[in-house]
Amino acid sequence: MTEMPNLYLPEMATIIETVQETPTIKTFRLVLNNEQRMKDFHFEPGQVGQLSVFGTGEATFVINSPPTRKEYLQFSVMRAGEVTARLHSLNSGDQVGVRAPLGNWFPYEDMKGKDIVFIGGGIGMAPLRTLMLFMLDNRADYGNITLLYGARSPVDMAFQYELPEWLGREDLKTTLTIDNPAQGWEHRVGLIPNVLLEMEPSAKNSVAITCGPPIMIKFTLQALKKLGYKDEQIITTLEKRMKCGVGICGRCNIGTKYVCVDGPVFSYAQLKELPNEL
Amino acid sequence: MAQAKFLKEADLAAWLGELAKGRKVLVPQKDGDAVVFKPWHEGVKPVLDRQATESPKKAVFPASEKLFRFSYIKDPENPGKVRVELEEPEKPEPALVFGGRPCDARGFLIFDRVYDSPKTRDSYYVARREATAFVTLACPEASNTCFCHAVGSGPADTAGSDALMTPVEGGYVLEAISPKGEELLKSPLLSDAGDKLAQAERVKAQAVESLPPAPDFAGSPEALMARFDDMGFWENASAKCISCGACTYLCPTCYCFSITDEESGMKGVRMRSWDNCMSYQFTLEASGHNPRPTKAHRLKNRVGHKFSYYPLIHKGAIACCGCGRCIKSCPVSVDIREIVTMAIEAAPTAEESAQPQGAKQ
Ligand SMILES: Cc1cc2nc3c(=O)[nH]c(=O)nc-3n(C[C@H](O)[C@H](O)[C@H](O)COP(=O)(O)OP(=O)(O)OC[C@H]3O[C@@H](n4cnc5c(N)ncnc54)[C@H](O)[C@@H]3O)c2cc1C
Ligand code: SF4
Ligand code: SF4
Ligand code: FES
Repeated sequence: MTEMPNLYLPEMATIIETVQETPTIKTFRLVLNNEQRMKDFHFEPGQVGQLSVFGTGEATFVINSPPTRKEYLQFSVMRAGEVTARLHSLNSGDQVGVRAPLGNWFPYEDMKGKDIVFIGGGIGMAPLRTLMLFMLDNRADYGNITLLYGARSPVDMAFQYELPEWLGREDLKTTLTIDNPAQGWEHRVGLIPNVLLEMEPSAKNSVAITCGPPIMIKFTLQALKKLGYKDEQIITTLEKRMKCGVGICGRCNIGTKYVCVDGPVFSYAQLKELPNEL
Repeated sequence: MAQAKFLKEADLAAWLGELAKGRKVLVPQKDGDAVVFKPWHEGVKPVLDRQATESPKKAVFPASEKLFRFSYIKDPENPGKVRVELEEPEKPEPALVFGGRPCDARGFLIFDRVYDSPKTRDSYYVARREATAFVTLACPEASNTCFCHAVGSGPADTAGSDALMTPVEGGYVLEAISPKGEELLKSPLLSDAGDKLAQAERVKAQAVESLPPAPDFAGSPEALMARFDDMGFWENASAKCISCGACTYLCPTCYCFSITDEESGMKGVRMRSWDNCMSYQFTLEASGHNPRPTKAHRLKNRVGHKFSYYPLIHKGAIACCGCGRCIKSCPVSVDIREIVTMAIEAAPTAEESAQPQGAKQ
């Protein structure tokens, strides 16, 4: 057989820590069993991986730890079906398979010197977390960094253990919001697009990066347009059903583009070029 | 031409016997009313007088194959600790596809650009491809569903084959196309083709004449893109379709797959199996959202992929070899030729789109 890497063979990894983020989201921190591979493992913010639970299958998740922090690879998994349910049953010490990194990444080089506005909804905060921490670790390269993070209710908010730090940072302007008032909640109340309009981040020399449920994206885009953001200034990530993750199985295409290899990161200008099949 | 040999009809079984030494030889055989590719053994008479119902794509891309085995292994010292072992499958055995048609062999050229590209090499596919040879039968006569000549091929196309057989009186003329083919033609059962060559050329010319008129697919990538949002067009094109998927499974150029695990106790296998874009589940997302919710959306993707997206990605190469199986075997007679032609005809020509609102600029 011609020697070539097997695209479908996962690497084995050990879960070293888990965090129950919300009733439906669990975070997994894992290290590749092969120490050298773990040391050499290189990925870019926004890239994804396929996690395997052997016997059930694979599913796609963003690597939501930044490449600047390499003690472990972090994935936050929302329970949706079979693979995610079985992942949720795993704990420290358990083994999973990993195929990563896959896909493209946020064009962070092009964003240097610009103001950055992150707008995350629910589990959509996961990919933003990677890029945001990466930028904070390379703070001098970027202008003002603003985060608007919304969830349905306080318990649905992931990364709670980090929120005090994010809120306290001088070099990050964090706004948290929930859909409806809740007891003990001392931040904003209101839907993300409305809060964004009130915040009025300037479009000048700025990039907005948004990720969340389709309905949130839709209205967030309208709000950004109102604020004067041009299509090239808005970046988002797409979700599609995936299997191979390497552009072969034919599942995730939108016309000529494959979300697994040409995405998942697209600018709004690129999305408009795609045929209408989101 | 490197070499041309003659095989007497009477020696066919003996030659197959030789070829089957050390390799699996798949030949078209009767299976009820269908003709399918199955391993040859003593006594099997290949069906060579008509196109097989299925393509031989499973020779290189099996309908389902093991990607690897996995086993969970408990640590005897500490039963709470479980590790996982993965085991890759054995190398594929050498194989020969005998008596497929030029369109069948050519189908793999369409796979190659995706499964064996400089960017992405699928090791399972590449290993099988390297282990498989094709002795192809030039079509003596076309049927009314054939349109290989509309997609850059023809009834005696050698692209993708290792040797080409042409039926002549009393036997076959065999031409080597590749070094693999030259090896296969070294048998002492074969004699020099001599004056039979001229007859073979006549058979090939007759086959070309027997083809139905070629549909004109020029401009299909742009025309299908232009129809993308015209759901009325696609609803009409897919009105009869019952989403059975036969068209994709019989097609030599359809290459989509799914990956699934099968578990039994502490062990199992991860499988890859053919999948088909005509099914609702194919693109169903975990959120319940489906970007291709109706059969019209799905047929649009099947036709669009073959005649638009693939050619746009791969320098104009159409992802259809014109074998006509999807037309012949569709229970409700959906005809891909008609759909592409209709899309091309429905697309506004340059002048048309310039005229009505042309004053704008
Ligand atoms: C690029 C990308 C990045 C992603 N990042 C993340 C991330 O960071 N975190 C995260 O949590 N998720 C992420 N996802 C989503 C995640 O991949 C899916 O939630 C996951 O694949 C679901 O897998 P599952 O096996 O649990 O679901 P499945 O068991 O495959 O399906 C679950 C759901 O799918 C539907 N479904 C499937 N089959 C059928 C059927 N036959 N009939 C009817 N309905 C059906 C149903 O709605 C069902 O509840 C990402 C997806 C992509 C593409
Ligand atoms: S064979 Fe015909 S009916 Fe079946 S899915 Fe294909 S087009 Fe539809
Ligand atoms: S689309 Fe139809 S005609 Fe074309 S290769 Fe597939 S089965 Fe043959
Ligand atoms: S997931 Fe297989 S082609 Fe994209």
